[in-house]
Amino acid sequence: MQFHKYDVVIVGAGGAGMRAAIEAGQRSRTAVLTKLYPTRSHTGAAQGGMCAALANVEEDNWEWHTFDTVKGGDYLTDQDAAEIMAKEAIDAVLDLEKMGLPFNRTEEGKIDQRRFGGHTRDHGKAAVRRACYAADRTGHMILQTLYQNCVKHGIEFFNEFYVLDVTMSTNENGEQVASGAVAYELATGEIHVFQAKSIVFATGGFGKVFKTTSNAHTLTGDGMGIYARKGLPLEDMEFYQFHPTGLAGLGILLTEGARGEGAILRNESGERFMERYAPTIKDLAPRDIVARSMVLEVLEGRGAGPEKDYVFLDCTHLGEEVLETKLPDITEFARTYLGVDPVHEPVPVYPTAHYAMGGIPTNVKGEALQDNDTAIRGLYAAGEAACVSVHGSNRLGTNSLLDINVFGRRAGIAAAEYANDVDHVALPEGSATMVQGMVDHLRTASGGERVADIRNALQQTMDTNAAVYRTEDTLKQALSDVQALKERYGRIAVHDKGKRYNTDLLEAVELGFLLDLAEMLVNAALARKESRGGHAREDYPDRDDTNFLRHSMTYKILPEEEDPNAPLGLTGFTADLRLDYKPVVFTRYEPMERKY
Amino acid sequence: MTAVAEPTNDTSQIPAPEGSVTITVKILRFNPEIDNEPHWESYDVPALPTDRVLNLLMNIKNYADGTLSFRRSCAHGICGSDAMQINGINRLACKVLVKDLLAKDGKPTTVSVAPIKGLPTMKDLYVDMEPFFEAFRSVKPYLIAYGNEPTNERYQSAADRERFDDTTKCILCACCTSSCPVYWADGSYFGPAAIVNAHRFIFDSRDEASEERLDILNDTEGVWRCRTTFNCTDACPRGIQVTKAIQEVKRALLFKRT
Repeated sequence: MQFHKYDVVIVGAGGAGMRAAIEAGQRSRTAVLTKLYPTRSHTGAAQGGMCAALANVEEDNWEWHTFDTVKGGDYLTDQDAAEIMAKEAIDAVLDLEKMGLPFNRTEEGKIDQRRFGGHTRDHGKAAVRRACYAADRTGHMILQTLYQNCVKHGIEFFNEFYVLDVTMSTNENGEQVASGAVAYELATGEIHVFQAKSIVFATGGFGKVFKTTSNAHTLTGDGMGIYARKGLPLEDMEFYQFHPTGLAGLGILLTEGARGEGAILRNESGERFMERYAPTIKDLAPRDIVARSMVLEVLEGRGAGPEKDYVFLDCTHLGEEVLETKLPDITEFARTYLGVDPVHEPVPVYPTAHYAMGGIPTNVKGEALQDNDTAIRGLYAAGEAACVSVHGSNRLGTNSLLDINVFGRRAGIAAAEYANDVDHVALPEGSATMVQGMVDHLRTASGGERVADIRNALQQTMDTNAAVYRTEDTLKQALSDVQALKERYGRIAVHDKGKRYNTDLLEAVELGFLLDLAEMLVNAALARKESRGGHAREDYPDRDDTNFLRHSMTYKILPEEEDPNAPLGLTGFTADLRLDYKPVVFTRYEPMERKY
Repeated sequence: MTAVAEPTNDTSQIPAPEGSVTITVKILRFNPEIDNEPHWESYDVPALPTDRVLNLLMNIKNYADGTLSFRRSCAHGICGSDAMQINGINRLACKVLVKDLLAKDGKPTTVSVAPIKGLPTMKDLYVDMEPFFEAFRSVKPYLIAYGNEPTNERYQSAADRERFDDTTKCILCACCTSSCPVYWADGSYFGPAAIVNAHRFIFDSRDEASEERLDILNDTEGVWRCRTTFNCTDACPRGIQVTKAIQEVKRALLFKRT
């Protein structure tokens, strides 16, 4: 076992982690622990843009952006946080430009802007050009630019270090504080303990609970899982976004920017069906509304293809030049993976699991919360792993790239400033015992269950029972399936008993987090007997502000004593769940009926 | 219930969907904890024409031999994790489809998979990426501008933005660098990817450190080692004209001297 000591440890090197690192690294001794090389992170797969009311091409202001974000989130958005994000968006874009990000430009040489779903002029009058972009590679450019600037500032990375636990200690005032992180080094199989004053979770989402997803194989919700197993809450887990335009059958993302440039969704007969569901902004309605509409078209028999199970994204009228210059990557994806040329043919698309609105609850400084409002000293979260909540029940397109920059920066600053104010707290005794036990168990286990079988079954039941539309029955089915799979998880075994690059072991650990998070998602979805944003219940089709205009908070009820029979020695894994609720923060906007 | 079977070349547990054909995947395996040197292993794998080579590797790992190790993440050619030699050519495993590998006239198909060359193999398809990123970091791959920052964005014409568009596409997968015979022969050469990333800033009108970077690349291990074999351009999964970018850097150096 190796021991390290830093002021700030950042877990994850996607957009949020690296944006935090650029701030923390200039203020305090900072290490970034990442299970992937930084440039492999899934921020790089984001395509369409990052919204900010620069008003470079038409009138716009941050208040309109705030309103759109609140309404887009179906009024579950915390309005103070949304306002901060919309205001700071402008500097966030300018900062990236100054760091070197190669945005597309207007004729005058300013940052160009395009339309995007749910972003409107003057509170919903018409679509507005607010998304700053670099072709359909905006996420790639953000990831590269942030990594380049980490190199510039000499940020220290521990690449392919998989963080499996965070240690908590008691400080001199008797408060519970974060004191370190425990990581598994993939190259050697060694355990490393990093003592730190502040720890920032920037570990991304958990899209791999679903089968059809735009998410990378590595998006397994590790940070959220670690947090939950400590008995700490996860907020709004039932709200999961399905991006309308995944390549049919594959789930690979085709940016909403395509519709921003004028592409149209059509059903089998060629009808522009979004005119029926969102008469004003049509194809540029927010993602929850478009995804639901697409599923309804298919359920009502108007789907295309031999199985009538998808719709079309029609880009043919945009012309080859627009496709090649503004949407080159998605044009190539359609050609490579479906053999369809968007220049000449409509592209088969269907909703794909895309983004977790929920996650580790934080305040606007990025401090992680242990209940509805008490921050845990030394613990921070940002990006998809966190829930501020700026996205409410449905995130608007581009607001995730914005979120990672605004709140990644804030978390990095707060973590460093806190670290500069306090001393290190001693690590608890046996700080690596749990992780060592889990790893040893996996290396020696001889059960009969295969990781791939459990993972496939999990993804299948989640796609079937907990996707765009849900009912009491389907969710109960999903819950009992997931719980049965958790029981089987106790009997998994891996082939690879070695220490070098043991990805077999790593996938087994990741599966445990996926099972935990799927259970929490389904459990919270069962309790929310209404339809709002990314949570659509066929049996409760209306929004119910009387009972459910509030965030959910899911806790694991940890037993007083360690459970000797828990899979892999993980007491937190088998704990029962408890649901609580948290009020939404209102400032300017009263909830209204949501029409587009 | 029986234990999960030992690692094996027996692929009978891999689900075979309707319409699949069996193809033979030969993988250059190496486990430093067991093997003295790399050796080829064969696996007969059911595959659909639309499968990516990455799917075949995942199926072998999931259902036959869990010790098989390789990097992967996004699975659609954006993250750059799964660079490997496929039938001797550097490719991303998630961008090569089975239909493009099938032998003609229904003859049996064999696909070979090996780690990229020029970087030390650590285990199976895992190579040590540190020398590659070290070269990247040494060319100052970030925007450098002096003087006061403007209040708003720096302006840049669409034409100036277009000047370096091609090299902004790089995902640092190492397909180019590890296909370069000069890099194989001498690891101290910066390699194509580092030069591509220097190009991205040298030709960015906002940057003011072109000369610093050109000095670095004028070194004996710099651009003059390039022998214009175009392997790098052929290997790039992002379609970057790598050799052209290197030539443009060479010309910038010559021009500066005249």
